[in-house]
Amino acid sequence: MNLPYRVTLEKRLDAPRIVVWLVPVVSILVALAFGAIVLAVAGADPLEAYGQILTGAFGSLTAWLDGEFYAVSETVVRTVPLILTGLAVAVAFRMRFWNIGAEGQLVFGGVFAAWVALFLPGVIPGIPQTLWVYLPLMAVVAVAGGAIWALIPAFLKAYLDVDEIITTIMLNFVAILTYQYLFTGPWKDPEGQGFPGSALFPEFTWLPRLTGRVTLGLVLALAAAVVVWLIFDHTKLGYEIALMGENPEAARYAGVNRAGIIIVVMVLSGGLAGLAGFTETAGISHRLQQGLAIGNGFTGIIVAWVAKLRPGWIVVVAFLLSALFVGGDQLQISMGLPASIGAFFQGMILLFILGGDVFTRYRVKVARRPAAVAVEG
Amino acid sequence: MDLLTSILAIAVFAGASLVYASVGEILTERSGILNLGVEGMMIMGAVTAFAAAVASGNAVVGVVVGGLVGGMLALVHAFLTITLRADQVVSGLALTLAGGGLASFLGQRLGPGGAPLVGMVGPRFRAITIPGLSDIPVIGPAFFDQDALVYLLFLVVPLAWFLLARTRPGLYLRAVGENPQTADAMGIDVFQVRYLYTFVGGVMAGVAGAHLSLAYTPGWTENLTGGRGWIAVALVIFATWDPRKAVAGALLFGGVNAIQFRLQAEGTTIPASLLNMMPYILTIVVLVVITRFESIRKKVGAPAALGLPYNREERT
Amino acid sequence: MTDTAPIAVALRGITKTFPGVLANDDVDLEVRRGEIHALLGENGAGKSTLMSVLTGLYQPDRGQILIGDETGSLRPVTIVSPRDAIGLGIGMVHQHFKLVPTQTVAENIILGMDGVPFVLDMGSVEADVAALSERFRMPVPVSAFIWQISVGEQQRVEILKALYRGAEILILDEPTAVLTPQEAAEVAATLRALAGEGKAIIFISHKLDEVMTVADRVTVLRKGRNVATVDVGATDKHRLAELMVGREVATTIDKDDGAIGPVVLRIDGVVARNDRGIVALKDLTLEVRAGEILGIAGVAGNGQRELTEVATGLRRVEQGTVTVDGEDLTNRPPVRFIDAGVSHVPSDRLGRGLAGNLPLADNMAMKAYRRPPIAAGPMLRRDRMRAFAGDLIERFNVDTPGPDTPARNLSGGNQQKAILAREITAGTWARERGRRPVLIAAYPTRGLDVGAIEDVRRHLIEQRSGGTAVLLISEELDELMMMSDRIAVLHGGEVMGVVAPAETTIEELGLMMAGEMRR
Repeated sequence: MNLPYRVTLEKRLDAPRIVVWLVPVVSILVALAFGAIVLAVAGADPLEAYGQILTGAFGSLTAWLDGEFYAVSETVVRTVPLILTGLAVAVAFRMRFWNIGAEGQLVFGGVFAAWVALFLPGVIPGIPQTLWVYLPLMAVVAVAGGAIWALIPAFLKAYLDVDEIITTIMLNFVAILTYQYLFTGPWKDPEGQGFPGSALFPEFTWLPRLTGRVTLGLVLALAAAVVVWLIFDHTKLGYEIALMGENPEAARYAGVNRAGIIIVVMVLSGGLAGLAGFTETAGISHRLQQGLAIGNGFTGIIVAWVAKLRPGWIVVVAFLLSALFVGGDQLQISMGLPASIGAFFQGMILLFILGGDVFTRYRVKVARRPAAVAVEG
Repeated sequence: MDLLTSILAIAVFAGASLVYASVGEILTERSGILNLGVEGMMIMGAVTAFAAAVASGNAVVGVVVGGLVGGMLALVHAFLTITLRADQVVSGLALTLAGGGLASFLGQRLGPGGAPLVGMVGPRFRAITIPGLSDIPVIGPAFFDQDALVYLLFLVVPLAWFLLARTRPGLYLRAVGENPQTADAMGIDVFQVRYLYTFVGGVMAGVAGAHLSLAYTPGWTENLTGGRGWIAVALVIFATWDPRKAVAGALLFGGVNAIQFRLQAEGTTIPASLLNMMPYILTIVVLVVITRFESIRKKVGAPAALGLPYNREERT
Repeated sequence: MTDTAPIAVALRGITKTFPGVLANDDVDLEVRRGEIHALLGENGAGKSTLMSVLTGLYQPDRGQILIGDETGSLRPVTIVSPRDAIGLGIGMVHQHFKLVPTQTVAENIILGMDGVPFVLDMGSVEADVAALSERFRMPVPVSAFIWQISVGEQQRVEILKALYRGAEILILDEPTAVLTPQEAAEVAATLRALAGEGKAIIFISHKLDEVMTVADRVTVLRKGRNVATVDVGATDKHRLAELMVGREVATTIDKDDGAIGPVVLRIDGVVARNDRGIVALKDLTLEVRAGEILGIAGVAGNGQRELTEVATGLRRVEQGTVTVDGEDLTNRPPVRFIDAGVSHVPSDRLGRGLAGNLPLADNMAMKAYRRPPIAAGPMLRRDRMRAFAGDLIERFNVDTPGPDTPARNLSGGNQQKAILAREITAGTWARERGRRPVLIAAYPTRGLDVGAIEDVRRHLIEQRSGGTAVLLISEELDELMMMSDRIAVLHGGEVMGVVAPAETTIEELGLMMAGEMRR
């Protein structure tokens, strides 16, 4: 324990701009360097692997010259749900409400949207079966689905003070099992010949595509980012959320209704995650099947934290992490590395971002220990 | 074996990993460090323990490796939160996310010659019947016809309780978690204590994972822990930070697993997914009940400094 | 006297800086055996920092510490941890006690001590502690939990803890701040007895009377520098005050007789529990009238906190009513109290009064963000919020780089001015709506330097003269006597009596604070 040098941390009153920018960038680079070591140990050439990730996520120059943008468009497809879950997590985390349940809320949004697509035309045949009626309806119902699922931990926290970390995690499991039960049981496609999944949605419930597999969902996600930015920076609600997050006691003192704001925030947070369930079912799978709960809710936590809970940055970070996923899939195909390496990298990036943050918050000083004047006796 | 005995036996068997993980987390949290990485440490413990057992042909080697890996991951959390003062909640989550990803990666690589571990059969802990004790009606077969890791708990839990309640290091540990300023002023090394018990908690989470892959399942499958790490975190609150009560909670959850097995064995018509929800719903229900109960008793259990970083020279 | 006694400890040229603060600047201090040496200075003068250096909590940037033996010969020492300090016979009783509330008296006393066996034997420790407490006549319940015993008892535990470790140099930081005048006298007697046994006592204080009666010598710190070390016999209160502050100090405050109006805040038969679920207010009844300052005297922890919370809607009332200007607000949410014109300067600035990491502008808008021009429907006008804060910063002389600076970075005095500015402004809106404002100020001058204290007091008097009903809670009896129109004394959650300052004495207040007298 007695090193000749002593490292002390001194709280910064103000971090210089350059530090604020440089620290996350360097953190990510260090994380990637660390990842390279892991790859090398696993018997893969790290440089080749990173190259594969890049081309897998963004395509290659020759492909671009041929007007082939499939890779980038796939990355954008993966970005959409990450923006929405990142926003969902950011809204809650800004209040220091630890909503780890975006995954389950996303799933519930998807389940609710699927119900509308699969059964509403039969239940109320009078509703005009067009995109313009059905898509908004599905979106609203999906938001409601996510919000309802988020309201359980919200009420438990607001009125009974039950720890939200545990309840939101547990509800993820319950939501995923419920949805698996539905598409393998009562909602299973009778003509699916044993294929686990619901029937295909009618075409008037499909989100229109912009290009490639990129749908209108991208526009929805970007609009949601703008709305969340407006809420954070330019509404009384945003002010109250920040106050609650920084000092709940001061918020109460300022007259903020604690229970009320927890509920509003979780409706917002769960609703955003539920919207991601809508873009994934109505936009990509067009049925309820395996693949809705692939961890977007958890990646949303990384997106939100790396982006420092700022909506603009969430869009950027969601795109970058999505590139890591899509590129990671490429690794699996071309180098035989497991796709889960992508999830590992993301966890690593979060760990390094967390560790690197010390340089933003503190001035790190290395000082010689005082000369060892003997303390006798 | 009658019904009660068999349910109790499975409850003990299924609850063992929860006891390891939650008693470890109790020690960590008593020092003031909240480590939400239990799930990640547990699953890493499970995969590395199984890989080491397969490679060495010895299950004990597996437990040692699993425990050490859990402890090393806990040290990452310790470094981030104690030394660098990162947010404890987010750091723990990051550990769980990274651990889950790394574990499934390793699961496809750590078999002999880089082969996947999935589906492989390896050494395991088998039940050892203790003569005499196992003849006691009902509890005999339930408690004394188990594997060595379960028996180890008969030692670990009382020791953890004794350490906390009756020894000098326990007194220091409680002081650090309740009031680090005071502990520091009294000459206790707050950093050292926090590092130590965060490490111990990680080791125990790793061993918990090892019990899953070397005795309970046994073997390695993706997502082997299935949220048990999180249930262990919930059990800490259930146990009001007392290792003895963690046992009761773990038996309750193990019991739910046992009932689940019984129903499936008897060919119930209840779908498996709904049965599998039971432990998660039970966790929420138990948490609600305990929180209500605790708020009546004004929360004497939670260490006062839980989740807060400590820095001697920081002026607020 | 002690001029010839050997030197117990000497500090030479101690310098310690914190980000943005020079806390100690080349400070010298020498303390002899058998002497009570007062360390006098304002808040922020560097007294606590200096003692934290001596006890190993802080590392000095420069300077030397020397310890003397029985013959007075000095040797330099390095103290890098509290353990080193204890090993050298230095014991400290902190102002905020270093005790673990969930552990027993005996457990606290052996905490961190060398030579404690691995398996604890609390029975023998309790016997040892009981013997020690008998020897020094400091009774403590050895097996009780800290949270169960009184503040006075906790302080005795702290002193015993140091003595149990064989302390020869005993440092006490503001030991009388939380005690009644009578208890303070007991502590002084204890210190005298300890000095009589040859121990060196360092006694940190900012109270002149106390220093004059208890200490042998006094060292005065100002702005981190040692400005004088003098024998108490060779100086007087007036001279010490000047040394401490660096200028003449007003010991009185101008206050007109005022026009006392009708009752605005009425607390009637209120029963409320504290956070631990114990009844903290027992059938408490108080009235505050427009245009008066009602002072609340009492030892901390006798219901003051709960009183402010009940009066602002932050704590539920189990029985009784809280009425503001005729409107029954019992158990209504805090926002209703704000609307009714109740302002609140809380005791814990960064705990409740401010969100330290948010910009000052956000903090100053905590009561204004719901009303135009800052609010526009559900929207928030950031530009107007900054302008509003800028205006208050100027009018109330808050020293800050600007409204975007995090509130945490301001000095305590400027944080307090920002809170006062916000609360007083909220009061003027109440007046515009035709309501009589109430201002509840809990320990508003605690931890501030003399200049800031004068500012705060002036503002409170101004509010009173403008017709606001002011409830002032303080632990400084001098302040209450100077400021209040009437003083209510709290003990054990009950009002022991309400008296006019002119018709009472400090001694009488002390007896009421101790619960030994009612009026």
